[in-house]
Amino acid sequence: MQAFDYHPVTSVSEAVALLAQGASGACLLNGGTDLLAQLKEGRRTANHVVDLKRIPELAEFRLPPEGGAWVGAAVTCRTLSRQAGWRNRFPGLHDATHLIGGVQIQGRATVAGNLCNASPAADSVPALVVHGARVHLAGPAGRRIVPVAGFCIAPGRTILARDEMVVAIEIPPLPAEFGAAYLRFTPRNEMDIAVAGAAVAVDLDGEGSHYRSVRVALGAVGPTVIEVERITARLAGRPVAEVSFDEIAALARAAARPITDMRGTSAQRQHLAGVLTVRALRLAISRARRTQAASPTGDYL
Amino acid sequence: MTPRKKTVLEFTLNGEPRAVLCEPQQTLLAVLRDELHLTGTKEGCSNGNCGACNVLLDGVLVNSCLILALEVQGRGVLTVEGLARPDGTLHPLQQAFLDHAALQCGICTPGFLLSAKALLDENPTPTESQVRYWLAGNLCRCTGYDKIVRAVLDVARSQSAAHATPPPVSPA
Repeated sequence: MQAFDYHPVTSVSEAVALLAQGASGACLLNGGTDLLAQLKEGRRTANHVVDLKRIPELAEFRLPPEGGAWVGAAVTCRTLSRQAGWRNRFPGLHDATHLIGGVQIQGRATVAGNLCNASPAADSVPALVVHGARVHLAGPAGRRIVPVAGFCIAPGRTILARDEMVVAIEIPPLPAEFGAAYLRFTPRNEMDIAVAGAAVAVDLDGEGSHYRSVRVALGAVGPTVIEVERITARLAGRPVAEVSFDEIAALARAAARPITDMRGTSAQRQHLAGVLTVRALRLAISRARRTQAASPTGDYL
Repeated sequence: MTPRKKTVLEFTLNGEPRAVLCEPQQTLLAVLRDELHLTGTKEGCSNGNCGACNVLLDGVLVNSCLILALEVQGRGVLTVEGLARPDGTLHPLQQAFLDHAALQCGICTPGFLLSAKALLDENPTPTESQVRYWLAGNLCRCTGYDKIVRAVLDVARSQSAAHATPPPVSPA
């Protein structure tokens, strides 16, 4: 790896000052599972590496009594998976955070890092989008809050200014009859990168028979996460039994804009977008009705 | 900004306090092997896919190839060299790997041992599926994994049997 200076900062303001000072030569180091691999391969260069993990504010994880969650930028996927409150309250997010890499990657990797790396195949991003998650940013001019949807603008690119950083991800309080799921397709069952992924969140009426609202976000079938707004519009207020899963799959396929690459063909990804959307929707519905708990993989970890 | 220079890394390695001079861009794996000459931790892919370099950092399983050495300042690292007792008695997992012939060329073995230890520390009675999923981040090109999985399950069974209260006598 090339030589650089290492800065184990202990405050957000210190980190932001180094970013502003270092211009393009400063990189933020969080879990490091993407950054260090990229530095080794020469895909990124850095004169200054700013380690964020010793900033107390970034290590905070809270489940406020009014609902929702506060996930500090340096909270690892492994820490999240081990919190009963995370697994039970946010099964759709848990689906994603416990299948990123293997156990040893999850021990370092963070949701904020997954978001900032801006891979089209990022597992946590579709799930964050359908949960309506918001990103808290800090920069020299102060703080701002932006939705996760729209945070990534191209593969590897986000709306972050050069001297801005993510402080935390906030999940808003969820309705009572809420259910969500994230599913992906990979050639291996684990330790692999999504060929396609789909996250679905549903809010059902008290009987569990009508959709109040639905959000669907597709991963790895476009340069950034694709939200399928036509499914949201089609299902709002409709009886669950009224709209066929075939129709919903067709809407998901129509929204996908996949490419062909080493992981899969465009046609396969388009097909998967439909299949995964319907499976995730069915799982989200059963979770909202509390007829099925936990993870589709049987909670192996 | 601080000048680019070697920095003293102080941390606890296998229970012993250590201090070593290292460069900011050196990984924990590089410092373990090249500076401290503890070559039990192996370099495989060097990008977080194979698990050969796995160590425990404050009890958490991590890839030492994806951590800068300076990130472990003040923290505790366990490598394969820290598994056996000082008198040379092997850790139960090491013994089980031998008993089950769960290694051939051996380069993946230290990583598997640390992964398996992390699993049993957290879940002393894993199912076979849990063992297989947990070990998914460790690659082995020799054994076909089955003997490794059996060795880990064997240790789990014998440790839980040792701790369990005797079962009630069932009627004949």
